[in-house]
Amino acid sequence: MESTILGMTPTVFWTAFFVISTFGLYIGIAVWARAATTDDFYVAGHDIHPVFNGMATAADWMSAASFLSMAGLIAFMGYDGSVFLMGWTGGYVLLALLLAPYLRKFGKFTVPDFVGDRYYSQAARIVAVICALFISFTYIAGQMRGTGIAFSNFLGVPIEMGVIIGAIIVLFYAVLGGMKGVTYTQVAQYCVLIFAFTVPAIFLSMQITGTPIPQLGFIGTTTEGVPLLANLDRTLTDLGFTSYLQGQKSMLDMTAITLALMVGTAGLPHVIIRFFTVPKASDARKSAGWALIFIAILYTTAPAVAVFARANFIETVNESTYSIDVARGEAEAADQGDGATPQWFYNWERTGLLGFTDKNGDGQIQYRADAETNEVTTLDRDIFVLANPEIGNLPGWVIGLVVAGGLAAALSTAAGLLMVISSAVSHDLCRKVLFKNMTDTQELLVARFAAVGAVLVAIYAGINPPGFVAAVVAFAFGLAAASFFPVIFLGIFWKRMNKEGAIASMVVGLSITAAYIVHFKIGFSSAVLGACALIVAAVLMILHFGLKGESDTRPMFFGSLALFGVFLLGAFGVLPDIAPGTTDQWILGISPEGFGAVGMVIAMATAIVTSLATAAPPREVQDLVEEIRIPSAKAHVSHGPAE
Amino acid sequence: MATSDLHSGAEPAAGASGDHNITESAFKAYWKENLSLMGILLGIWFAVSFGAGILFRDFLDQFSIGTAPLGFWFAQQGAIYVFVILIFVYSFMMHRIERKYDVDDDEG
Repeated sequence: MESTILGMTPTVFWTAFFVISTFGLYIGIAVWARAATTDDFYVAGHDIHPVFNGMATAADWMSAASFLSMAGLIAFMGYDGSVFLMGWTGGYVLLALLLAPYLRKFGKFTVPDFVGDRYYSQAARIVAVICALFISFTYIAGQMRGTGIAFSNFLGVPIEMGVIIGAIIVLFYAVLGGMKGVTYTQVAQYCVLIFAFTVPAIFLSMQITGTPIPQLGFIGTTTEGVPLLANLDRTLTDLGFTSYLQGQKSMLDMTAITLALMVGTAGLPHVIIRFFTVPKASDARKSAGWALIFIAILYTTAPAVAVFARANFIETVNESTYSIDVARGEAEAADQGDGATPQWFYNWERTGLLGFTDKNGDGQIQYRADAETNEVTTLDRDIFVLANPEIGNLPGWVIGLVVAGGLAAALSTAAGLLMVISSAVSHDLCRKVLFKNMTDTQELLVARFAAVGAVLVAIYAGINPPGFVAAVVAFAFGLAAASFFPVIFLGIFWKRMNKEGAIASMVVGLSITAAYIVHFKIGFSSAVLGACALIVAAVLMILHFGLKGESDTRPMFFGSLALFGVFLLGAFGVLPDIAPGTTDQWILGISPEGFGAVGMVIAMATAIVTSLATAAPPREVQDLVEEIRIPSAKAHVSHGPAE
Repeated sequence: MATSDLHSGAEPAAGASGDHNITESAFKAYWKENLSLMGILLGIWFAVSFGAGILFRDFLDQFSIGTAPLGFWFAQQGAIYVFVILIFVYSFMMHRIERKYDVDDDEG
């Protein structure tokens, strides 16, 4: 049917070509940007230009899910999909106004660094490390899985192999280059992914609306002069689907999810540490603006792609005549006359992302909402991005570029997360808590080993995804919103906030949010209860060793042993199985994805009440807060003769 | 004010690029200006996303931009554009406030 290049179909050839050449580029950058000091390794020597940092942040931020799945998700959700669009961009306003410049002025390496110093407490630091590790591991497992799936779909490599190849590439440049290597690779990855996303979108927009700018096509008319959105909405409801323009979610749930995603974005450690790499506090603000511009290019194109792709799918696939000959590769769809199923449908049917079952035997494809009559039996949401080059009649190499873009999105996010995990272990846990007399050289070595260890765990989690990976959005954003955001925000804007308030806030926010999400997403089975006990046992054990000599830690030690016993009971299935909650039991109708917003409010209230009930923080801490509020390193507040 | 006098007296050559103190009242005024700027911008942030995109979208949907209902457009496009503008406006205005109180981080 098609000519081959080096024995491969053009699609496979170009995919392999782009994947291998972009991987080569990333490795080349890593070799060039090797990190020699802890400064280089953790924060790229505080020397990244705000525009480059903006690009790196955008790549860091946009994961495989943003690139491959978001447009499809919106195509299916319609108005309800707006929570992702507003939630994942609005957080940058909070970051730029409330957090980034102050954290940059503070001038250390990690988020637990800030928590530990601002709250003059090792316990607060340890709790922050645990939060950072938990959030980042949840997230990285999803990225690794995404990499594996991309490899297996397009290059015929098994998922396991794909996970391992992706992990080795990330490991190579993260271990060698640290934050410096990661930053410049992310800049390159941003360019690859944005090009790969926008080019097919432009052609699709041309074809469907006649304008090259997708954002204008979105509010325009089809080439036949029919209003695009209203037409799609009507077609969908005629086929029995829910309305595109009217949402299914309640107003309260929409608000809660949007708020949780925004605040969660601002509290995600791998996003925050990117702002430690710019030279000055004022650069952190500018950089957040640039990051949002770079993100907005994709995030305003995605809803347009969603509309184009779904409208086009119904227009060309629904009621089209399916040809067995084309499916067998013995004929071309183009020769089947008017009303024939388009060629791309057959191409993607072979990958298993699309499936057709002729239920009524009329030889035509009926796409319906009703499962009884719907004949498009498999419709993977990623298809709405992946099939665009073919729908737009673009040459075969564009598909290769899209796959390379998806991998760039997955790898750049994985690398950013890897940096958080590595610095949390080497800097926060080892240097600041367990072995205080480490040298810089030793710390750098531990950081590199920690990155290797984290990658091994991520490979394992990518190959055998644990249940919570499916709930990654709820977990990562909900927990960041309920744990980090309140303590960082209040730490900057409220001098009276003390260590008791911070610890109580993180513990309460994290546990309530985690409990709600686990209950409704996974359910507290015996094994899950055991796993929770194990996590708390590990935390208590670290607290016991980390706080030795500061206070009496024996209760923590024995508590940890007792919880380890609970873990064993859970692992052997002795504990009761509590069934997962159902949607009608949601408190006030708030979904697990939106509960982070409630968790954040509870955490804030806990912080304020606890702080006011206990002693004010020491004078030097209050001075520190004043220092970080002033961008200049040379201006100081004088407190008059009283000092 | 003793420390402040001592400080500036000890380093007369330091000039504009050297360390300098600002009074507590100047610091408070600077911080207050920052907070009110922030309050205004966060008000707009809330209005375009939660306001226009969610709470009042049904009302706004009677208007349209191009062929798209306005509330729906804010939720999927408009809010994002305003977010970008808000950050750059903050960056620009904040720089002016910082220069006014001599706490900016410009080199030299």
